[in-house]
Amino acid sequence: MRKEFFLNAALLGVLLAFPLWAWSVDEPYLITLATRAIVFAIAGIGLNFALGFGGLVSLGHAAFFGLGGYVMGVLAFHAQTYTPVMGWPLVINGTKSMPTIWLIAIALSALLAVGIGALSLRTSGVYFIMITLAFAQMLYYFTISWPTYGGEDGLSIYVRNGFPGLNTMDPIQFFAICYAILLIVLAFVFAASRSPFGLALGASRQNEERIQAVGQVPFRLYLTAFAISGAITGLAGALFADLNRFISPTMFSWQTSGEIMIFVILGGVGRVFGPVAGAVLFILLEHTLGGLSEFWHIYLGAILLGVVLFARGGLYGMVAGREVAHD
Amino acid sequence: MTEPILDIRGISKSFGALRASNNINIDLRAGEIHALIGPNGAGKSTLIKQIAGGLRPDTGSVHFDGQDITALSTAARARLGMGRTFQISSLAMEYTVLQNAVLGALGHRGDVFRFFRPVMKDAGLLATARASLEQVGLEEFHDARVSELSHGQRRQLEVAVALTLSPKVFLMDEPMAGLGAEGSHRLMGFLDQLRHKAPILLVEHDMDAVFTLADRISVLVYGGIIATGPVEDIRGNPIVQSAYLGEETAA
Ligand SMILES: Nc1ncnc2c1ncn2[C@@H]1O[C@H](COP(=O)(O)OP(=O)(O)O)[C@@H](O)[C@H]1O
Ligand SMILES: [Mg+2]
Repeated sequence: MRKEFFLNAALLGVLLAFPLWAWSVDEPYLITLATRAIVFAIAGIGLNFALGFGGLVSLGHAAFFGLGGYVMGVLAFHAQTYTPVMGWPLVINGTKSMPTIWLIAIALSALLAVGIGALSLRTSGVYFIMITLAFAQMLYYFTISWPTYGGEDGLSIYVRNGFPGLNTMDPIQFFAICYAILLIVLAFVFAASRSPFGLALGASRQNEERIQAVGQVPFRLYLTAFAISGAITGLAGALFADLNRFISPTMFSWQTSGEIMIFVILGGVGRVFGPVAGAVLFILLEHTLGGLSEFWHIYLGAILLGVVLFARGGLYGMVAGREVAHD
Repeated sequence: MTEPILDIRGISKSFGALRASNNINIDLRAGEIHALIGPNGAGKSTLIKQIAGGLRPDTGSVHFDGQDITALSTAARARLGMGRTFQISSLAMEYTVLQNAVLGALGHRGDVFRFFRPVMKDAGLLATARASLEQVGLEEFHDARVSELSHGQRRQLEVAVALTLSPKVFLMDEPMAGLGAEGSHRLMGFLDQLRHKAPILLVEHDMDAVFTLADRISVLVYGGIIATGPVEDIRGNPIVQSAYLGEETAA
């Protein structure tokens, strides 16, 4: 318990101290690197809610990451070009307001997750993995063939969206926004993991017969978890798009789904802070190994294999041991 | 005679060529322990599954509290007031004893879709859970993980979780298996009192326990009930003797 607490604090501390140091020595690139880690962490926290707490192995979370990205892209594009997103039956205009974009990204991602979940949660195991993957691939090909927003080439948004009172084009200020969101998301997931819902969802993952015997329906728990999971990953997608000021169908690709899953597995499936550790580790590896060889993914694959075979709890499992029963 | 609270009418169930339930009629009335006995493979657990949900009978119906519940899900039946224990313990293995009991209390209270309060600090749920654990004698094992418990302790926990549901009937599939002499004795004393709270349909191998506890006994052989009646009738019934008791408790 104490070890886990220290690891959490250390992670959050380093994630804050490193960009502040980079800022003090005027290295905006490193600030952006830290921001990337944070956005990835949020995406991973989203997946972990379904995968770790609910046992729902989704290989299609790029669907939500991409949707969040395209919500940002589409709204900002229309604000940029002074054209309505939609003129009929009701007029919807674009926006350059981050909070508005986030809320819409969250709502639409949750809605998409309910849709995908309603169709896929009747299955389990390999079927569930394949169906979630298939939905993300559908969206991937759809965006490729949709010329309005750049098709295959993607779409650039030249000026980062706005947040009241802040200059979002300043890397450290945009970092601060993402860091604050990470804290809020972590606080929510931490609370939810100890809540009535968390207890019931975990029981359902362990033994569906048991949760039914106490009068609860696994499907409803899973669907709710999947919606929350999608919403969080969708929010990360919107932030990622704003970080790069660019969206493309790659956000929907199965490689993106795979990377989000890697954050979760590296850090520790089912641990609240696991994806934060996983995303930081991923960025570190990408940065160090990526500098050594352009085939760094091979090394990443080897490390991943090692984690899956020998350290199933990921980094958190290795350092902090088995999860303590919360009380 | 009072209306039965649980009334099974003409249930049949086949697995391929095997007739696991053959036109079974059985009921459970307020205040009684109705024991269901029969050799291994007779279809006792299969019958319990059809009553509790999770296995749909081919024909026949299940009536509970005056309502036909044949089409209802397991969860819906549990909410109506069926408390069940499994022959092979079915618990949340990674959770502690107390968490499993709180889960029962939570499932019963029904407000599962809450995301902010810590569930293990909920005084109401904790009180229900602790009281139930105490009744089965697990109060010293609150913090043990289920995976660390002995088989017997898991059976006790099954009963405790069923208690947290404050059910209208109990369906217990061999709750004493693996308990040992002392544990069995304690559980027998407890069930003896429990019947006054809610009647119990009790599947049990231990003949001594059955003859001591039961108000009525039904004997199941090859999927069919060959006799139902008060203890004395069953003990003296020649068909039962040759079909089952004669083999002298193969269990
Ligand atoms: N799901 C199933 N599929 C096929 N056969 C089953 C199934 N469940 C039980 N059986 C068979 O039905 C018979 C009755 O089993 P069961 O109800 O477990 O007996 P009991 O509880 O009386 O020992 C056994 O022969 C068993 O093998
Ligand atoms: Mg059985």
